[in-house]
Amino acid sequence: MANSGQAPEEHHDSDHPSPARYIQIAVILTLITAFEVAIYYVESISKEAFIIIFVGMGIIKFIIVAMFYMHLKFDHRLFTWLLLAGLTLAIFAIVTLGTLFRIFT
Amino acid sequence: MATHSTTAPHTGPLATTTGLDHRKLLMWTFLASECLFFGSLIATFLLFKDASVSGPIPQEVLNIPVTSTSTFVLLTSSLSMVLALAAIQRGDIVSGRVWILATAVLGATFLGFQVFEFKEFIDEGLKPSTNVFGASFFTLTGFHGAHVAVGVIWLMSLFIFSFKSKDGIPASKSLDVELCGLYWHFVDIVWVVIFTVVYLISSLE
Repeated sequence: MANSGQAPEEHHDSDHPSPARYIQIAVILTLITAFEVAIYYVESISKEAFIIIFVGMGIIKFIIVAMFYMHLKFDHRLFTWLLLAGLTLAIFAIVTLGTLFRIFT
Repeated sequence: MATHSTTAPHTGPLATTTGLDHRKLLMWTFLASECLFFGSLIATFLLFKDASVSGPIPQEVLNIPVTSTSTFVLLTSSLSMVLALAAIQRGDIVSGRVWILATAVLGATFLGFQVFEFKEFIDEGLKPSTNVFGASFFTLTGFHGAHVAVGVIWLMSLFIFSFKSKDGIPASKSLDVELCGLYWHFVDIVWVVIFTVVYLISSLE
């Protein structure tokens, strides 16, 4: 059935990464986690810098898993928008509560 | 016209209003709602983690080496999950079963780490009723652990189901595995956030 407003697009299993690529992605995720843990024990870094590094690394891992393991990079965009809608609400809830109760200060 | 994006062999769009498989659409909608669920729990944790009148406080109990290991286990389980799906899509019955079982075992191992951690915390005097940090911590990580437990049960159901037929789970039914995989990877990325926010950031001095 027609999907209104969408350009014609095909989604095939062959678009999904190969097992070798999945392993490469797992290695990257492991290295990022190892980097996070290693950085954790460096005493000369300020707390603010720690937070920026950890949040940045966490976002990168999140995006990699969602794009490649959950196949959002290859699937219909509606699924990406659904996840983004949920994430937006979640971030809104966290920021609102954080602002209201001054937990970010 | 969009074809449905399931993993099952297909030659054209599904006869649905969206052209997408409704089960997959439902799963993504559910996962979107789960974002808000865990977002609320994380917000509550951030609100209460430093609001305890008495200890223990996060810096006294959080064990980064143990949690890093359990994080590695969960990340590895995501790898085995995608390898299971890839094997089933190419009709490799044995590999599909092995990777599904491996994912379940890794998930159970993660739960073992969580039980160990909870026991350590209780031994150190931190219970859900001890202070607001304990209440919010156990609620957040406990709900995540419950999600992992549901995932392990789902995976074991798939594993047992694969023996119903000598053909295992056929490629035409690979969507069953993909849906389980989506849930599993979501549980994984939620843990990525929990590990960052609850463990790494909250335990900073």
